[in-house]
Amino acid sequence: MSGYLYAIGLSLLSLTMIVVLLRRRRIREKYVGIWLALGSAVIVFAVFPGAAVWLARVLGVQTPANLLFAAAIVVLLAVCVQLSVELSSTEEKVRTLTEEIALLRLHVDQAQDSTET
Amino acid sequence: MRDDSRSPASRAPRLAVIVPAWNEEVTVGAVVKEILEHLPRCVVLVVSDGSTDTTAEAARLAGASVLDLPVNLGVGGAMRAGYKYALRHGFQRAVQIDADGQHDPSQVAALLAPLDDDTADVVIGARFTGVGSYDVRGPRRWAMRLLGTVLSRVAKTRLTDTTSGFKACNERAIALFARDYPSEYLGDTVESLVIAARAGLRITQVGVQMRPRAGGRPSHSPVKAAAFLARAVLALVVALTRPRSETQEVDR
Repeated sequence: MSGYLYAIGLSLLSLTMIVVLLRRRRIREKYVGIWLALGSAVIVFAVFPGAAVWLARVLGVQTPANLLFAAAIVVLLAVCVQLSVELSSTEEKVRTLTEEIALLRLHVDQAQDSTET
Repeated sequence: MRDDSRSPASRAPRLAVIVPAWNEEVTVGAVVKEILEHLPRCVVLVVSDGSTDTTAEAARLAGASVLDLPVNLGVGGAMRAGYKYALRHGFQRAVQIDADGQHDPSQVAALLAPLDDDTADVVIGARFTGVGSYDVRGPRRWAMRLLGTVLSRVAKTRLTDTTSGFKACNERAIALFARDYPSEYLGDTVESLVIAARAGLRITQVGVQMRPRAGGRPSHSPVKAAAFLARAVLALVVALTRPRSETQEVDR
């Protein structure tokens, strides 16, 4: 039985951590949703272990634990892909800004040269 | 220079020679001087791609304008910055020349000829057309063959050397590349040609003689060549399957 208590404690802890990070603006809201949903789901399964057994039977999965593992892998995969997408778009923004800075710097240099002479 | 701004020669298209350079302080000065010798009217724009040496300073001393990128973006990134400069300052021609000295500035005129005749929008200086000697073997050669075959199909013209960095563009191509020029591996050569072809630009090639690179030799390691083949195929597949909405038509 104590295993469930650990699970509840752990998911409460992670939920609190995410909310704290969000309140301190260390994570942006668009990345938080999936973690909040995940934390809540873990709590539900920890408080009502029967829910996992029932869900596994409904979905035709023999061992409830396997259902949870599979679901966890899918969710983590989705998070990783989302992060890659966000990183790529950030890189593209950095690239555009880098170009802009170089263009502006050349412009400023040329303007300075022409006023000096 | 200013006095002849009304002479017939000034009606000739304004030419920017874009030189992407990453830590090329040894060669860039000589390359810039040589370009200005052969093309005294052009503006040489050296794009220092996050160089940590004195590339920018050397280029400035040799008489080039310098776009000094604060971080390294790769050849594609440097070239898009160059095309943006060319677009914003109203250049009608842009030629890319590598800073390692393997492209001969005396051949730029040959590259510009199809643009001035208005028979092409992008001209590639190609190494495998009987002019000069350029020798590659094994998987690297297969990769280049494959790229040449597929891109010839896409561009509806015979292209034999699609990875050449020696290229000339007119104002339509400048406008397109200032907006969309990939910084991926091979994006500056292979994918940019696909983008140009799909935007309806006419691509052609002109045979040029390449000089040996001032520093470094092309790798002949079979592993590297195989990796090149794999990445070339990936770049090609990605380029050809991009949603068309991202490669808009250019106004004619």
